[in-house]
Amino acid sequence: MDFSMPAQAEAFREEVRQFLADHLTGEMIAATRDGTIHSGALHRAIADRGWLSGAVPAELGGGGMDPVELCVLVEELQLHQAPADALGVAVVVVSMILEHGNEHLHGAVAPRLLSGEALGCLGYSEPESGSDVAAARTRAVRDGDRWVINGSKMWTTLAHVADYVLLLTRTDPEAPKHRGLTFFVVPLDTAGIEIRAVSTMGDERSNATFYDDVVLGDEWRLGGVNDGWTVMKTALKYERGIAGGQFPSPPVIEAAVDWARRARRADGSRPIDDDDVRHKLVRAMIDVEVCRSFAYHTAALASEGAMFGVEGSMTKLFASESYKKHCGWFLDMMGAEGLLTRDDPGAHMEGRIEEHFRHAPVTAIYGGTSEINRNLVAEGWLGLPRSR
Amino acid sequence: MRTRYSEDQQAVAEAFGDLFAREATPEAVRAAEAGCGFDPGLWRKLAAAGAPGMAVGVADGGGGASLVDLAVVVHEWGRRLAPVPLVEHAVCARLLASAGGARELVVRRGVDDPDRPRVQAGERIRHADHGFSDTPLVAAVASGDLIATLAPGPVEPDGTSRLVPAGAVADVVAARRGDHVVVARGRPPGAARPNTADLPLADRDLSGAETVASGAAAAGAWDRAMAEWKALMAVAYAGLAGEVLAMGVAYTKQRHQFGVPVGSFQAVQHGLADAATRSEGARLLAFRAVCAVDAGRADGARLASMALLFGAESARFAADRVLQYHGGYGYSAEYDVQLYYRRAAGWLLQLGEPAAETARLADADLGPKRPSGQAANRDTLRERPREAPWPQRPVSAANKSGGQARAARERSEQERE
Ligand SMILES: Cc1cc2nc3c(=O)[nH]c(=O)nc-3n(C[C@H](O)[C@H](O)[C@H](O)COP(=O)(O)OP(=O)(O)OC[C@H]3O[C@@H](n4cnc5c(N)ncnc54)[C@H](O)[C@@H]3O)c2cc1C
Repeated sequence: MDFSMPAQAEAFREEVRQFLADHLTGEMIAATRDGTIHSGALHRAIADRGWLSGAVPAELGGGGMDPVELCVLVEELQLHQAPADALGVAVVVVSMILEHGNEHLHGAVAPRLLSGEALGCLGYSEPESGSDVAAARTRAVRDGDRWVINGSKMWTTLAHVADYVLLLTRTDPEAPKHRGLTFFVVPLDTAGIEIRAVSTMGDERSNATFYDDVVLGDEWRLGGVNDGWTVMKTALKYERGIAGGQFPSPPVIEAAVDWARRARRADGSRPIDDDDVRHKLVRAMIDVEVCRSFAYHTAALASEGAMFGVEGSMTKLFASESYKKHCGWFLDMMGAEGLLTRDDPGAHMEGRIEEHFRHAPVTAIYGGTSEINRNLVAEGWLGLPRSR
Repeated sequence: MRTRYSEDQQAVAEAFGDLFAREATPEAVRAAEAGCGFDPGLWRKLAAAGAPGMAVGVADGGGGASLVDLAVVVHEWGRRLAPVPLVEHAVCARLLASAGGARELVVRRGVDDPDRPRVQAGERIRHADHGFSDTPLVAAVASGDLIATLAPGPVEPDGTSRLVPAGAVADVVAARRGDHVVVARGRPPGAARPNTADLPLADRDLSGAETVASGAAAAGAWDRAMAEWKALMAVAYAGLAGEVLAMGVAYTKQRHQFGVPVGSFQAVQHGLADAATRSEGARLLAFRAVCAVDAGRADGARLASMALLFGAESARFAADRVLQYHGGYGYSAEYDVQLYYRRAAGWLLQLGEPAAETARLADADLGPKRPSGQAANRDTLRERPREAPWPQRPVSAANKSGGQARAARERSEQERE
């Protein structure tokens, strides 16, 4: 047993830091304020470095970066608040294409995604189905060697900047719900697709996407007809490592420490000298170390080639729930000043804590809610009977 | 990086797991509670298996194993709440082996000689015909012939250290006194001060203690011992939490209400899932801390302290959930949950107040507290300079005012169009 970072991974961390110092600009971060947590320039720079293809498993023809280094990459991106939401999505989509795709998808789509030239997005959730993702209703009907798609998707994040949507459709409404699903890779400039912005409390932009008699050749189908659930299961496999989300709190803690040092209370005292504030800061730092331990563990398991599943659920559950807690604590710590948004010139560190406070709830919702993750831990880790 | 046991460690875990499961049964734990929280027969068996000194160097009569290997045994120890002071002893043994002065101490006939009624019912580890004088003290501790512990609390002016963990049974007590590490030897009281967790806590008179290290060497040796202790107790907590959760799962699968197992209720499942998640995080942090301390890394003490606090918190949460999901039986003395529930509190508190531990972490990470009288200037929030030069993201986004940010946003919108 040895939890220490290999020297090679530490050297890689330095490389990532240098890369971010060179490539991550203030303009990129400012640009995400329209709600799109993505920067084309950064995304392409990451791809040019070989880190996008690196994150794709070697057995699929990707770079097969060591999962521990991948973990370091994701950690550094998150610690620097780099707008890289599209990276994980691209890795998942390209991995699924490489595993299940036909020659057309391999030739026309995968290289564009790998080079960072094109972006993907995920079309699983619908207005009527989220956690119960297999209940998707968007219909795809075969018409000769073409398909006609009708329906709507909710929360198709990045669709307004992406080139392809990985679309989960129902092809057999009569079959049991897991057996009538089929995946398509749909070019977003296909006629009949409409993208409407959905705004959120955290200012992030997502989309509702509508598919009205969208006609698609069979070459855009991903995996077997009615075999979509098999494809879906591999998505989870590829999300591990690259999905991120294990390190949401450090930027908040950094801001909280800074504020607690600078602010003065009415009696002239500094919040940083207050035991309650100190206790919460330490407690939050402990949670960060727990998250880091989880992240290194799952990375180490992956680099040994071991399969893991529930550990990923635990990591996400712990990271998002503790992040929410920290945001609440430090917002409270600041009193009325905590409420100031970045649009107020006096907001502390451009309203960083306030912004995280509004963002935090979504981390316990998207990518599998906390409740779904608890179900998975109860069944998969503890072996309790299914509750649903 | 390898976050799982090696094959050898797996074998050690299995061997000691079997030993503790066989010898440290809930009945044995209860029997020890009737005395001072110590099971001499189990101690003898552990000594025979080489556990007490396994992480002491071979030259000092130990097994030459690493702290990580010791942690593997401690995990099994924690799982069974085994009523023997394995952790205190093992850490003190390493301290004695590392502090120059302690290595020169020898066992003195009539003082340390165990040819006297030992704690509890005249148990004796050494054969009476076996000479004991002139054995190095470190070796007598490494073999488990003498039981050793550390006193984490202050030594009072009259030489007393209160509520010493394993103080009821330890022949050797190491403590920090002023700038020194001191070692006291003497007959243990054999009786504990009655306590929640039925731990062998006792006050000890350390007035005759000998100094074994001073100055920087003492500080280094003591801090390292405390870090080892905390990291190992964090691992013990992981064992406790894992076992109490297993009990919770077994019980809630078998107990039926409303015609179904109570473990099929989602409220119950989610409580257990939260406990399992925190406990697994605590387990990983605990072993990570042990590895860091073992490697002498700079962040070892910090991680050990964090692992202990979080390990205790999550083990208490797990024990609380499992007691709750046992319903009334969880509260009954007959079921084992209560044994775990009480120790989940006791193991941490015997090391001191958690708030003090947190305060030490705060001092290290945030700098010491400024006493309130010293508050620099009496400016209020409103008087604070608006353009505070706070450290920014490590990019040039620094100090954008709202107006600039808006302009940047508009620019980027235009670029998009
Ligand atoms: C900002 C944002 C971005 C997103 N991006 C994408 C994206 O790019 N692509 C995409 O496909 N989706 C995306 N999602 C959708 C996201 O994955 C879903 O919101 C999520 O899976 C939950 O589904 P739901 O919103 O329909 O909630 P529901 O499934 O309706 O859940 C409502 C509540 O019921 C609980 N619940 C549901 N089932 C159970 C159960 N079995 N046991 C216990 N409790 C249960 C849930 O935990 C939740 O608290 C995004 C969502 C948001 C908010």
